[in-house]
Amino acid sequence: MGQLLPIVNEYLSVMEEDVEINDLQLNYYYRDTLLAGSDGGENYAELVKCLQPKKHLKSHDAAQLLTTLKSLSEVVSYIDPIQHESLLSSLSRLSLWDYAPTDRKYDAAADIMDALLELIVSLAASKGIYVDFCLELLVKHFVPPKYAFEFLKNENGVGMKNKVLSRVHAALKHIADLVPLAPLRLSPIVVHSMPKRFAKEPEIVMYVENMLMLESGEIGEIVGGTMLPALVDKLIELDVEIGWDGKLQEDAKCIFAMEIQDFADFEDDDEKYYSMCTTELLNRNNLQGNQVAEKLDSLIVLTFLHLESCQSKGRLAEVFDILLTSFKRTVLNTYKSKFAQFVMFYACALDSEGCGVNFAMVLTEMFDSRVNPPITRMSAVAYLASYLSRAKFLSSELVANIIQRLVDWCFAYCKLHDFDMNPQAHQVFYSACQAIMYILCFRMKSLMEVPRLKVKLIKMPMELIWKHKLNPLKVCLPSVVEEFLKQAKAARLFMSAELFIFDDLLEADLSKAFGGINRLDMFFPFDPCLLKKSESYLRPHFVRWSKVRTTYDTYANEELSDSGSEASDDDFVDMNAKDMNDYDMAGSVEAGLDFDPDLNKMSITPKSMKYGFQAQTEGRMPSNIRLSTTTESFV
Amino acid sequence: MEGLKVSKSNLVVYIHPSQSNQVSKAVLRELSTLLFTYDEIFDGVVLAYYVDSLDKCAKVLPGVYPYFGVNLKVNMLLFSPKPDMLLEGKVEKVTPEVIIVIVLGFATAIITEKDIRGEFKFTMKHGVFASKYHKRHVIKKGTMLRFSVKSFDEEQIYVYGSLVPDNTGNIQWLDKNLEVVSHTDRKIYRSTKKRENEGKPLRSDKDALELSTVDTPQKLKMSKKQKVREES
Repeated sequence: MGQLLPIVNEYLSVMEEDVEINDLQLNYYYRDTLLAGSDGGENYAELVKCLQPKKHLKSHDAAQLLTTLKSLSEVVSYIDPIQHESLLSSLSRLSLWDYAPTDRKYDAAADIMDALLELIVSLAASKGIYVDFCLELLVKHFVPPKYAFEFLKNENGVGMKNKVLSRVHAALKHIADLVPLAPLRLSPIVVHSMPKRFAKEPEIVMYVENMLMLESGEIGEIVGGTMLPALVDKLIELDVEIGWDGKLQEDAKCIFAMEIQDFADFEDDDEKYYSMCTTELLNRNNLQGNQVAEKLDSLIVLTFLHLESCQSKGRLAEVFDILLTSFKRTVLNTYKSKFAQFVMFYACALDSEGCGVNFAMVLTEMFDSRVNPPITRMSAVAYLASYLSRAKFLSSELVANIIQRLVDWCFAYCKLHDFDMNPQAHQVFYSACQAIMYILCFRMKSLMEVPRLKVKLIKMPMELIWKHKLNPLKVCLPSVVEEFLKQAKAARLFMSAELFIFDDLLEADLSKAFGGINRLDMFFPFDPCLLKKSESYLRPHFVRWSKVRTTYDTYANEELSDSGSEASDDDFVDMNAKDMNDYDMAGSVEAGLDFDPDLNKMSITPKSMKYGFQAQTEGRMPSNIRLSTTTESFV
Repeated sequence: MEGLKVSKSNLVVYIHPSQSNQVSKAVLRELSTLLFTYDEIFDGVVLAYYVDSLDKCAKVLPGVYPYFGVNLKVNMLLFSPKPDMLLEGKVEKVTPEVIIVIVLGFATAIITEKDIRGEFKFTMKHGVFASKYHKRHVIKKGTMLRFSVKSFDEEQIYVYGSLVPDNTGNIQWLDKNLEVVSHTDRKIYRSTKKRENEGKPLRSDKDALELSTVDTPQKLKMSKKQKVREES
């Protein structure tokens, strides 16, 4: 027993009554036992019994188990799936987690774990039919048994976890070396074995950790293309589980009586704000919903961390391509996905020049492509609008170029369609119009500050679009239209003989009637993330409405102080680069005074005082436009 | 190496209408699903394909979704091992019981102890199979090995191989010493044949056990009691 540890040898020598035997002889003993089959009598029964998991493993049993596992791995080719069914069944019940807790008295646990994995690997390589069985055995170890979660909370928990998982992943790699096509089979097994959405948070989080380990591991090249899309699908699954559309129906009557809330009154009273949100949350969401949100939050954070590690390894672009495919396949067409899309946002934030620009261009292409169904195009342009508005890391140049493309498309559409207003028939057109207005609500000021971009903006044939018979201003979301016109007026766009062309629309107090039942139902996917942990990662890269410098603010200030802002677009970019945490799009104005992001979760919500927030009468642009949203915070 | 063949095939690939703007891409995507899978029609595992010609006329299928069939001629590289064919691969693992070989980087081949000719003996010291007659003829991890096909599991893409024929073994050694092998092994081959004719397996499991217990250099250690008895 030269290969065994001295301590095990000692126990074994006692067991064998001082008779020393070598490995080869032992192997032949087990081989003969296997050849005799399940009808082979006591030897086989003893073998099966030895492999059965025991609650309290004595040193004698441990030594016997270790010896058996090692010898079996040398004679795996004699294991028959039919004859030795009970043996395989016992083997499948053995868990590495049982041997993970460190026991000072007997430290052969690590050897047993290694021997078990060696047997699994040998079994996988011995016959093709065992590959799936062995892969399933290993994947089963991604999540510990329920009792082991308690151990993981101990101070040695991390060590114990690493002890098991590092071995499991090494075994998977070893199988992939011996059976090159095994990773192709592993992918569906991993996806299929994913915990269901009802699973507890630690369980699902740990499983996803393993999936991400696989993705970034040595066999990630093969399985990576499956792991991330599966994770995104799981995020979507949890996302849609957090339903708030039902609540919306209750408030349907109020939808058209929207107003803009401002939380300024609560700036000095964070606790009050939080407590009120929580109360509302508890009133409107049951515990199940809350738990789902927490699970989703943890998984999104895990994905963010994975993206960061990918960036440090220089493989973010590769991962981004997979995410993008997954995004186009599932997230984009999910009806009002609330949080899953922030994975894309964060990936873009980590590589603004590459992924950030790429994402914007892909969305533009998707909108532009006639091959895509209208619903996909509308969704793409909604994502585009929200992304360009909220992404702090995008340059004004890029934003201006994309606005130009959208305006050109709308203009061409107007020329081809000389019809009256019809929201149903021209959904894509109205979506594009709303996107243009929404982006400009956020970006007009920064674009107007750069002379080159200002000229570009003025030259765009927007006026013709707004005045067209299709009448987009009466179909698009009222608050967006109102804010857009307000800023356009302040920026002196659409002026004719010193008069604002759309003054009648702006001052006629028609905002609540805009669109009426034909109002364009839209959503803005990158509204502030309501998941607490995820939000903290997004915060440095995210533009909040409260920090946006509007054109009317500045002009009002100019009139008051007669000292124009000298901030330029370049300054804006530099400023972002300097300190993302402290400044944002409007960082030069009142940065830090009312920074608490939670205070800026403004939204267009039904006109109701039930949240305890005072209605703001100044009519500011909402940062969180969510037609079907009444929830402010989940966590 | 045998087991590879190029097959010219006329195929009809059915494309979903949504892919009508990118037919070439859709065709390639469809063909790619065949890769590394065994197909009964082709009688082999598709390793690569080359679209020779693509018919510009497609036939639209009537139905709810009007799929359209694109005619194309494809050259396919197939891996189709048959019994007694000679394959080559890289040895990935060597144990006393089995040699695991990776063929063409994707297929696993297993050669078990009973399919390794008696010439090769596993040495525990080095963990390799070495020839009894030619010391330099060694099979270890990393060796490029030539072996014959015993059977092929199409579903799992597993090759069960054999090192019984004389012209199998370490490729590097075989290429250098092929003539010598044929000369010296002739006698061995005859004696093997003779044993086979007598109806005895080359190395039955019992023989192997006896061989190991009697002839193996790693003789069993006797118990302390036995030693004491003999000494007395």
